Amino acid sequence: MNAHESIAELRRGLLDKRYSAVELTEHCLAEIDTSASLNCFITVARDEAVAAAKAADAAIARGEAGPLTGVPLAHKDVFCTEGVRTTCGSRMLANFIAPYDATVVSKLAAAGAVCLGKTNMDEFAMGSSNETSWFGPARNPWDPERAPGGSSGGSAAAVSAGLVPCATGTDTGGSIRQPAAFCGVTGLKPTYGRVSRYGMVAFASSLDQGGAFARDADDVATLLKIMEGHDPRDSTSTDTGPTAFRGPEPMTIGLPAEYWDNLDAAMGARLEAATRELEAAGHALTTLSLPHTRAAVSAYYVIASAEASANLSRYDGVRFGYRAEASEDIDELYRRSRAEGFGAEVKRRILTGTYALSIGYYDAYYLQAQRVRRLIRQDFLDAFNRVDVIAAPVTPSVAFELGAVTDPVDMYRQDAFTIPASLSGLPAMSMPCGMLDRLPVGLQLIAPHFEEGRILNLAAQYQRRTDWHRRHPDISIDAGSRAEREGADAV
Amino acid sequence: MDRETLARLARLSQLELTPEEVGPALADLNRIVALIDEMRAIDTGDAAPLAHPLDTDQPLRDDIVTESVDRETYQEIAPATRDGFYLVPKVVE
Amino acid sequence: MQFESVIGLEIHVQLATRSKIFSGAATAFGADPNTQACPVDLGLPGVLPVLNREAVRMALTFGLAIDGEIAPTCRFDRKNYFYPDLPKGYQISQFEQPIVGRGKITLESAGGTDKARTIGITRAHLEEDAGKSLHDAFAGLTGVDLNRAGTPLLEVVSDPDLRTPEEAAAFFREMHVLVRTLRICDGNLNEGSMRCDANISVRPVGASELGERTEIKNLNSFRFVERALRHEIERQVDVLESGGQVERETRLYDAERDETRSMRGKELSDDYRYFPDPDLLPVRITPDLLQEARAHLPELPWAKRARYVDDLGLTDYAARALVSDPDTAAFFDAILDSGADARLAANWVMDHVAAMLNRHETDIAQCPVSATQVARLIGRIEDGTISNTAAKTVFDAMWEEGGDIDAIIDAKGLRQMRDTDELARIVARIVDQHPEQVAELRAGKTRLLGFFVGQVMRETRGKADPRQVNALLKQTLGAP
Repeated sequence: MNAHESIAELRRGLLDKRYSAVELTEHCLAEIDTSASLNCFITVARDEAVAAAKAADAAIARGEAGPLTGVPLAHKDVFCTEGVRTTCGSRMLANFIAPYDATVVSKLAAAGAVCLGKTNMDEFAMGSSNETSWFGPARNPWDPERAPGGSSGGSAAAVSAGLVPCATGTDTGGSIRQPAAFCGVTGLKPTYGRVSRYGMVAFASSLDQGGAFARDADDVATLLKIMEGHDPRDSTSTDTGPTAFRGPEPMTIGLPAEYWDNLDAAMGARLEAATRELEAAGHALTTLSLPHTRAAVSAYYVIASAEASANLSRYDGVRFGYRAEASEDIDELYRRSRAEGFGAEVKRRILTGTYALSIGYYDAYYLQAQRVRRLIRQDFLDAFNRVDVIAAPVTPSVAFELGAVTDPVDMYRQDAFTIPASLSGLPAMSMPCGMLDRLPVGLQLIAPHFEEGRILNLAAQYQRRTDWHRRHPDISIDAGSRAEREGADAV
Repeated sequence: MDRETLARLARLSQLELTPEEVGPALADLNRIVALIDEMRAIDTGDAAPLAHPLDTDQPLRDDIVTESVDRETYQEIAPATRDGFYLVPKVVE
Repeated sequence: MQFESVIGLEIHVQLATRSKIFSGAATAFGADPNTQACPVDLGLPGVLPVLNREAVRMALTFGLAIDGEIAPTCRFDRKNYFYPDLPKGYQISQFEQPIVGRGKITLESAGGTDKARTIGITRAHLEEDAGKSLHDAFAGLTGVDLNRAGTPLLEVVSDPDLRTPEEAAAFFREMHVLVRTLRICDGNLNEGSMRCDANISVRPVGASELGERTEIKNLNSFRFVERALRHEIERQVDVLESGGQVERETRLYDAERDETRSMRGKELSDDYRYFPDPDLLPVRITPDLLQEARAHLPELPWAKRARYVDDLGLTDYAARALVSDPDTAAFFDAILDSGADARLAANWVMDHVAAMLNRHETDIAQCPVSATQVARLIGRIEDGTISNTAAKTVFDAMWEEGGDIDAIIDAKGLRQMRDTDELARIVARIVDQHPEQVAELRAGKTRLLGFFVGQVMRETRGKADPRQVNALLKQTLGAP
């Protein structure tokens, strides 16, 4: 029994009574304790987890096991959990206990999953390294000196380290895919609207989308099936029926020049090996162009910051959250609570967004960014007339060292390959496809709207032919050591 | 972006910047402004602004009272309340 | 120099939905503080707005009533500013694409003249109400109650077509009648169900350019609108006549002191940074929605008034009075539906029914005597069974105890005398008993006829038909 096994394997173990849900939960809790230095969790919900595991064992004994009964899982600390604090990685919400569960949380609980706690993240999901977390960064299990990526870094690291077999995340501009790539796990950002945003603390509402990390594509598919569907509490969630986990056979895979050109040579070689593997599986590769890609990061920072500037106005120290002491008047209360409650990156985004929306700048920034957004989406829609899926790098490099990227704009550019699909609302995933300098490399697969099934199916085919997704860091060896169990340098 | 603009933005967004913070914030924001200026060069022709990634319509909810309000629970997380009211420093109208 | 004023009103109409515009919390007035504010209304993290169909329907019904433009889609925007009773730090409103575009209403006799004036309505849009701040209850602190937060509002913006305070008040009054007739607002001004702000400027008569305007907030009664605008016009004219310039500003009307005062320096923000709310999608106004809205359109106030005057022969005054309250108009129409005479019915509704409702402090929707019963009662007056006075006694008895009209008439002995011979004998006797008065009357003091009618009525204890008594007296006395 260990959390490096897949959901399917653990489920078999539970149903065959090789171990109980309580044993599995306690094993995972012990692993979390042992790996405390990775800082994957902001809050461990020990008592709640054991109680849920007991209930799971009872359900199994009654023969009433659901699809995830007894399977341990962790939620990114952006999802509200009734009774367990939801911090969003911020001092602002360090003591916030939501009086409701996010829809994603209640759906996974209803399926029987045992929530072990809340994972570390960049503050309000704004960051690509986990370093903006008020609780300090989570660390990359492959090398604790390196970033796990962000913003869902804690979730990716926890799955990678074998603390949980699966975890939720959210992706606004790459916050699932980039940490999945950095940590060597499989992560999916579904189509915008596929998964309810209710109870998910908002960063940029037209971009935020909940998704999942797991060991392999099949497990991600299992999670998506539970998480998806229209939610009457989220106007932007869409009812398109359940995802069909298949695609055309064979598929035509498009390789956009704007992503593949100028790639670091070693990185490019690993990624090309992955696409050749897909070709060997019978699929066709073709190059194509997404001409507006170069404007994506720029437009994204206008739109995401604008939406964030309004979304974060509710943090005013009045009804919940951090409140500065001894404020004389209401404006001082606002200014000081927000100055002390938010970190530097959050403030930068609020100020940027306020700038882009203010009188005299709205047309030049906000409206122009939305026009660019339409062109970027149109590039994809045109491309999908020719190809079934698109394959691309997730990140320009493997996981960088904590503290290595200090300039905000340099950090923003880390997401250049993930942002275009976010702006377009497309489903996209990252799957492990090799190692470079003993660190994982991820391949990004992008599908048309609501065609998650295609890329999950394609990834599952790849994962049947390779074992990159089965590799994991050996965290039992002292932190700082970069050893891993299965010769990651084999490529 | 100059100091005056930054002060205006800080006022609009109710963020207090200490004198020591202003300089670095201004430097960072000017780098960000250079980034967001990049897309201004794109010829967007007659492309209409896209506010939502999907072309779907707003669903409408039936006019039914579905929420039962548990004030005590909701106010447990509030910094200051009295007699059911949220309290803030005196607002002069 | 002669000045004229240019006035535009913004009227906030609370829509009478059961639940809030973006949440399933109740909207009832007067609940304990913060007991009707759910997580969406409180702006807690992660919760999302979902639009109330009925609020949309009501706005559309209003749009149809004012002949407003209704675009195939409308949109919600965020209006950003910080205030303690605005929980999210932004108000969800409609800026660029309101649900109702340009429309109009006609004031039939505006501003004391008989000339009808058409007032343009610039737009009407949906938005959420804010909560309430209590500034006096806690020493040195402000209390915030968010029960009202999220109540649907329809903001109706008029063109600057209004020329006098009286006309502005008439417009506000007509909107009040309209929204109540449409059943989209309870119209309760004391509870803030309708709130009015005014934009006002003055200019020399004949000038084509507008003067600098001020905005006056908090004009929450017809009287306040008139008074506050009159003061503000005087103030602006004084400023201009003394060589000064009117400053663009927001002024608050203080009803207790009956004056407006500047809110200078207290303005919330000059840059609201409107942008489309990404939590809400474009609202498509489908044919089904429009059909539903149309199905809710009642006979509109102006059409009703015209019918009362032109078809029923009521006075303009009676038509206005009846239509000003939709429940009263409905009661009146129900009396007519049961076949009663229109003028008698109008008199009854405005006189005795109104007096009884007033005495019992209830409203006509709760009237224990039904419109059908009133119609039958009027029928008994018309067929001569009882006098109008006796009918009031019957009405009061039905109010108190219910029961059958005819049974009450009999039990109380209210039936009018139908025996002409008997009445003739009484008339003759009365005439005989008052020879002096007869002489005076014959000498030309005709108003003494009333004296004889009174005597006969007393003798018959009110059961005689006054018309018949009159006729008999004239016959007997040979009066003109």
